[in-house]
Amino acid sequence: MLTYTIRRLILAIPTLLFISFVIFLIVKLSPSDPTAGLPLTIPPEVREQIRESLGVNDPVFVQYFKWLKLMAWDEPLHFIEGTTGWQVAPDGPRIISYQTRSPVMDLIAQRMPQTLWVVGTSYILGILIALPLGIISAYKQYSVFDQVGTFISMVGFSVPTFFTGVLFIVIFAVNLGWFPSVYNTTHVVTDWDSFVVQLKQIMMPVMVLGLYNASQISRYLRASMLDNLNQDYVRTARAKGLTEKIVVLVHVLKNSMIPVVTVIALNVPAVFGGAIITEQVFKVNGIGQLLIIAIQSGDVPVVQTVSFIFAVLIVLFSLIADILYGVLDPRIRYD
Amino acid sequence: MTETADRTAPGPALEAYRPPRNQWWDVWDQFKTHKGALFGLGFFVFTLLFVFVGPLIWTLDAQYIDIRARNAGPSLAHPMGTDQLGRDTMARMMAGGQTSIAVGLTAMALALILGTLVGVLAGYFRRLDGLLMRTADLFLAMPLLPLLLVTIMLFRDPLRANFGPEGGIFVLIVFMIGVTSWMQTARVVRADVLALKEREFVLAARSIGTPSHRMITRHLLPNVMSPIMVSATLGIANAIITESALSFLGLGFPSDFPTWGRLLFDATDWLTQNPERVIWPGMAISLTVLSVNYIGDGLRDALDPRIRGR
Amino acid sequence: MKRYSLLLGATALALAPAAAMAERGSSGHLNIIYWQAPSTLNPYLSGGTKEVESASLILESMARFDETGMMVPWLAESIPTVDNGGVSADLTSITWTIADGVTWSDGSALTSADFVFTWTYCTHPEGGCAQAGNFDGVTSVDAVDARTVRVNFAESTPFPYTAFVGYESPVIQAAQFAECLGARAPECTDANFGPIGTGPFKVDEFRPNDVIELSANPNFRFPDRPYFATVTFKGGGDATSAARSVCETGEFDYAWNLQMDPTILAGMAAQGRCAIEVSFGTSVERIHLNQTNPDPALGDARATVEGGPHPFLTDPIVGQALSMAIDRPLLTEIGYGAGGQPTCNVLPAPALYASTANDACLVQDIPGAIALLDGAGIVDSNGDGIREYNGVPMRVLFQTSTNAVRQDAQALIKQWWEEIGVETELRNIDASVFFGGDPASPDTFQKFYADIEMYTNNFAGVDPQAYMASWLCGDMPRPQSQWQGNNTHRFCDPAYDALVAEMVRTADLNERGRLAREMNDMLVRYSIIPLIHRAGVSARAATLEGHRMSEWDSELWNIMDWRRTQ
Repeated sequence: MLTYTIRRLILAIPTLLFISFVIFLIVKLSPSDPTAGLPLTIPPEVREQIRESLGVNDPVFVQYFKWLKLMAWDEPLHFIEGTTGWQVAPDGPRIISYQTRSPVMDLIAQRMPQTLWVVGTSYILGILIALPLGIISAYKQYSVFDQVGTFISMVGFSVPTFFTGVLFIVIFAVNLGWFPSVYNTTHVVTDWDSFVVQLKQIMMPVMVLGLYNASQISRYLRASMLDNLNQDYVRTARAKGLTEKIVVLVHVLKNSMIPVVTVIALNVPAVFGGAIITEQVFKVNGIGQLLIIAIQSGDVPVVQTVSFIFAVLIVLFSLIADILYGVLDPRIRYD
Repeated sequence: MTETADRTAPGPALEAYRPPRNQWWDVWDQFKTHKGALFGLGFFVFTLLFVFVGPLIWTLDAQYIDIRARNAGPSLAHPMGTDQLGRDTMARMMAGGQTSIAVGLTAMALALILGTLVGVLAGYFRRLDGLLMRTADLFLAMPLLPLLLVTIMLFRDPLRANFGPEGGIFVLIVFMIGVTSWMQTARVVRADVLALKEREFVLAARSIGTPSHRMITRHLLPNVMSPIMVSATLGIANAIITESALSFLGLGFPSDFPTWGRLLFDATDWLTQNPERVIWPGMAISLTVLSVNYIGDGLRDALDPRIRGR
Repeated sequence: MKRYSLLLGATALALAPAAAMAERGSSGHLNIIYWQAPSTLNPYLSGGTKEVESASLILESMARFDETGMMVPWLAESIPTVDNGGVSADLTSITWTIADGVTWSDGSALTSADFVFTWTYCTHPEGGCAQAGNFDGVTSVDAVDARTVRVNFAESTPFPYTAFVGYESPVIQAAQFAECLGARAPECTDANFGPIGTGPFKVDEFRPNDVIELSANPNFRFPDRPYFATVTFKGGGDATSAARSVCETGEFDYAWNLQMDPTILAGMAAQGRCAIEVSFGTSVERIHLNQTNPDPALGDARATVEGGPHPFLTDPIVGQALSMAIDRPLLTEIGYGAGGQPTCNVLPAPALYASTANDACLVQDIPGAIALLDGAGIVDSNGDGIREYNGVPMRVLFQTSTNAVRQDAQALIKQWWEEIGVETELRNIDASVFFGGDPASPDTFQKFYADIEMYTNNFAGVDPQAYMASWLCGDMPRPQSQWQGNNTHRFCDPAYDALVAEMVRTADLNERGRLAREMNDMLVRYSIIPLIHRAGVSARAATLEGHRMSEWDSELWNIMDWRRTQ
């Protein structure tokens, strides 16, 4: 397994280079423009000058290699300097956003806390709901619990977040006044009271996203559990006199986790990617909002950098998932 | 819509009087005992009738604007009310359902076929694994919106010339949703295949020299039906909602062309003033997905010989 | 200073009881929501309305435009005119005097050197300054003495109030931006995110595309203002949710640019927590008829003069019929409510320039349109419900940017046009592409690969000269110009070009008015179909007062006078 991991990690480098180049081409080809958001009163010559000063008109390869060099060398050094305080960062240019004219990495760092709070919490919550829901639904197939659970998770998955978000705001913010409808990104948690405030403001987006995540994971878990509950080894385990709890929660669950692990590993990078619509509805202004605004305003460096970090996480987590398969089912071998 | 017919009623009528008894009969018998599945099938057929036969009975044009009747609640003239321009919601639900169901089913089928194919190949043939899974990584990492903008820029006009304005967009949307949502299915199927191919029955089959294609169709595919069915259910919902997001962004059908997702999106702003407007499309999407889910449940049980025997 | 005080005196009188007690910071905290968030606070690096308006809390200019479009001296002592000698008799220079005692928020004095520096900063060839248009025709800016600035123009300029006037060309501090000229502008992140200004507020924290925290400028020149001690300026979401946060949850005090269904907005306002404010400027929602042929079969000659004229849209009778079929009051009611007025002019304001010659279009006349087409021999000869023009069926592709209000208008117009026998296909394009101007994309409004398109345009300030020059023959977007150009619908009339040239030479205001009206009438008969004169629409909390919304300047131009009702 160790050699396999090392081989995969080495192979990840050309993979990522290729992915980053394809993303770059797509983003460059896409017809959004950095001057699209400007009022029409700004004349075409001025727009052209703005594009020129951003370097939009440089050849694609030049732009890509400039970005790659900064991404692979300068930005990590800046990161090290930022976290440790060692003076290692070079003086040269950094990856600069077209919209804000400031380093892209600073923007990402600024967006991380709220994205982790909202999307991260909702994901953990989703898993915590999905596990018991999936297990009980499968074990008591077609019971009332299963039917209700199926109904809620199907509705949860098929009603889009642009609707549930607004619905929650109308109910909980407008009519009941329990939670704020606008997320305050400058709020700092220092004590219990400010923690309660933070809980209140993440409550609605977390519920909206959590419902969606729980639905998806619980469906896969339920299906996989159902497959396993009929297998011979379950009958054997019961025949050996193992308690029902051990049979279900140890033997069946462990063997049913493969699809669940896949789906979770697939979606953990998405936590970093943020949730575009939910962030928009609740004005969380995290990574998702950063990305969508960057796309709409043709901000190539931001789109490229965020997508690249996303790609790194995807490649990493698909490796983690592969390793976990081996742990869950030792018969799976890659060598 | 032939494909829907295949899916919902696995060919019993065609082969009804052909002894010896076909195994599809057993499947149908088992399917019949599944109450949820029967109910789901019934509802799905009802939905199909509503959206495809309905317009023959309820002949109001979905795009006709009767501005004096705008924002009306349900009445005899407009059983589901009207929208902000006075268009009849029931006619729009029917017209929208045609598109949404067609997009949902075809895009889901495309994603499912692609995902299953990639998943099985990657899981079974170790040589293909790395390449196929890194391709999946590439698609996962791709920012969807720029990709769509580029595709639309490159292909909209040729498709419009060949299939007409709505047909061209339909092909484009189905293709785009299909090729950007197969990765999860592929990864889940691959993981299951990785585990399955080390199981005893597969080893046994291999030891008697079963060729790869039969190995896949006979032994592996039937055993990964569960996650595929789940993916199918989730895939339909995903396709319907993605379509609405696309038309909202101006990347989908023309704006006066209704779809369920679009109707729900437009109605969201009216939540406090005309709450019934969100109910129709919201219910239609949820119940259709729910019915497909139950049909999938029933099918999976019916196709599993271990359950069928019980 | 004197004139300012006088003006202010009048306002103060009207609001005397509340204002008498007020002092700096007495109204506490103000929450503003802009659903599009500012990405920088340096208006010279990004010319978006959201950036320029948010920067107007901090940065100021010599003079501003109030809600009636009148100029108000701001940093200047008075408005220079030819009469008071501030503008030279040959109209080639304007001399401003900085009011006494103006300081930056760091305490240092504002001097003429700062204005000279601002001009240098924006006109630096490598800077890509977004406001360079405001310094067009300026040859130099001189510091006559510490408080006197002279702006020199290359030729006589009848309207010299462009540089350092309004919210688009405010003065920035030379000391802060000295190292940030040209290509180095983006390196000055701290300065761009926290400019030092002369305005009522100073930046405490700025998070791009998210939120700005501001507090009252301790060195502000009016000791009793601003009345608010701190401001949170939040961005994100959409127009409906912004309105909701002011009118329904009450979390915010002011929401900007609420382009949404007026029925929904009115419903929210009816709850009594907020008031809807509108202010009319020069924005007109209009339809452009492509004068060239956008047929894809023409290949590279598509939508260019070389490809030939449009098969039927160049005929004024067709344009007139299309215009008559439209019910403008209804479009206004459905999509804009109080935020719009039906109009028949592409140049609707200021009053001096607004033509009244075309007002007949305000009443829909479908039978009249049908009779007009029938009378011209444009009839449906093959019975398919679509008229043919010289054998070409009248099918049009009608495009606009994606926006709920526009899509409703499109659907209505489509129905009306089909009633007069013109088949319409609708298309909506994401605004970032439509207005993006990427020459590789077929979907930009300049490329106009469609028969008809609809969008809003306006002009900055109060003088329409540059705006009317948009429709010169030479300003058409075409492949040779990388598809850039203002004359999007490829209008070309030598008589029009002559009028533009005449306006440049004319200084007399009434004569300029006549010329502008004449040009407007040529355009709207019938290659541009004006629909709606649009206002800025904002919501303010019922407890907020002193707000005077100006569409000619930043909506927040007089924020120092805003206060909370007692």
